[in-house]
Amino acid sequence: MRYNGRAALDNVTFNLRVGERVAVVGPNGAGKSTLFKVVSGVLQPNTGEVTISGSQPLVHSCIAYVPQRSQVDWSFPVSVADVVMMGRSAKLGPFNFPKKRDWDFVNHALKTVDLENLSARQISQLSGGQQQRMFIARALAQEAELMLMDEPLTGLDTPAQEGLLDLLDTLREQKVTVMVATHDLDQAAKHFDRIMLLNKKIISFGAPGEVLNAENLLVAYGGRYKAVDDSCCEEGHDHVH
Amino acid sequence: MFISWLTEPLQYEFMQRGMIAAVLVGIVCAVVGTYVVLRGMAFFGDALAHTILPGIAVGYLISGGARDTLFWWALGTAVIAAWGIGAISKQAEIKEDTAIGIIFAGMFALGIALISTVQSYAVDLSHFLFGDVLGVSEQNLWFIVIFGAMILFTIGALYKEFLTLSFDPVLAMTLRLPVNLLNNILLGLIAVTVAISLQTVGVALMVAMLVTPAATAYLLTYRLPAMMGLAALFATLSSVIGLYLSYYLSIASGASIVLTATLFFVAAFLWKKRKSG
Repeated sequence: MRYNGRAALDNVTFNLRVGERVAVVGPNGAGKSTLFKVVSGVLQPNTGEVTISGSQPLVHSCIAYVPQRSQVDWSFPVSVADVVMMGRSAKLGPFNFPKKRDWDFVNHALKTVDLENLSARQISQLSGGQQQRMFIARALAQEAELMLMDEPLTGLDTPAQEGLLDLLDTLREQKVTVMVATHDLDQAAKHFDRIMLLNKKIISFGAPGEVLNAENLLVAYGGRYKAVDDSCCEEGHDHVH
Repeated sequence: MFISWLTEPLQYEFMQRGMIAAVLVGIVCAVVGTYVVLRGMAFFGDALAHTILPGIAVGYLISGGARDTLFWWALGTAVIAAWGIGAISKQAEIKEDTAIGIIFAGMFALGIALISTVQSYAVDLSHFLFGDVLGVSEQNLWFIVIFGAMILFTIGALYKEFLTLSFDPVLAMTLRLPVNLLNNILLGLIAVTVAISLQTVGVALMVAMLVTPAATAYLLTYRLPAMMGLAALFATLSSVIGLYLSYYLSIASGASIVLTATLFFVAAFLWKKRKSG
């Protein structure tokens, strides 16, 4: 996979291995969200190109973007199953309604993320962890081979975070490649195969031990890297309505 | 007694036509309005309805006051205005609602100015502004049936596309759905809805038919198909009850329908408050 962009991101080129788990870390405004949007084809790079398995993402729907929970309208009148079925809407094509095969995908995805009993709930009735898992189910229903998750652990309490990390293990077994944007360096070091340290460009990309050294962090964060300790993750407001 | 109270107005053919027109328009507005509410396009809908006034005025002046061709003028202006507003609101120089506000007030003023050149303008203007459901012609009714059916068919055929696009535009883009085309189709549908509603509720009250029944339904359900169905039901009830009230209390029909719809909303709102509070 190659990407050569400008402005928010400059000359970012990297390769991913099938089924690996990559944490993307960097200070606020480092371009983590931008990177995901360009890779998923939502934003067009000003210059350069994105190629995935040799083709442009414009003709691909094998990449899923799992949104930040804060960017979702939770009062929207849809059930959990409705949202997961949205992942099938491109495969179905216009004028078609879901067939048995599509429901099989949806039900299987709901089972994988352990939400099959909540499939008829309105989405605001889920806890934060369940909401996050619902979007992963949608990505599975989409038959995504690469999932891009924007701060999925933010705002979750510790059990919900652990549940999500377990789910990431299940995804690895299914050969799904996962990129997770996070500001939690400890978690990145503990649970991910490789870490991409980003600040407009890739400062370092490799095993956690190689990437997270004082020299790299100083380049990425300036003098501020101690301030990004996981302080805002511990509050965990994982609430049910 | 009650039966005769109900049947008495219906002995007039114009009441029958008005009733059918009001119900059909109500249903179409309610279903389209579901997306207007969910996507926060109420102001756009209101602006669009007002923006078509100069188009109607030109048609009115050319035809020398005849109303039959006005539908086509309304339809043409509405579609152009919808896509025009859609394109202009994407410009970054000025905020979207400000841009819409400027265009909408300017066009509305132009419409009033054009119509005011005719002597009998006060009467005709009030018909355009507030509707004249009892003046629906048979031809007008056919327009409502044909275009209403086309709108509902399109909403049904593109159901999951509009749903995905409205809930999560980013997903729609990653799935490579034709996002711009779908947005323009939706704007077009709202425009056609405005055109067929002109005769029944008029430009000034149009937004109520788009928004109020859909918002009432939104309070009472959390599934989109149910929201569309309930909205259509509230619109139907509002149209029927509103027309009877209009007949017996001698109040303007458009206002009567909109007031009934508003009462349904207030009732649903209070019921929901009580239930959750």
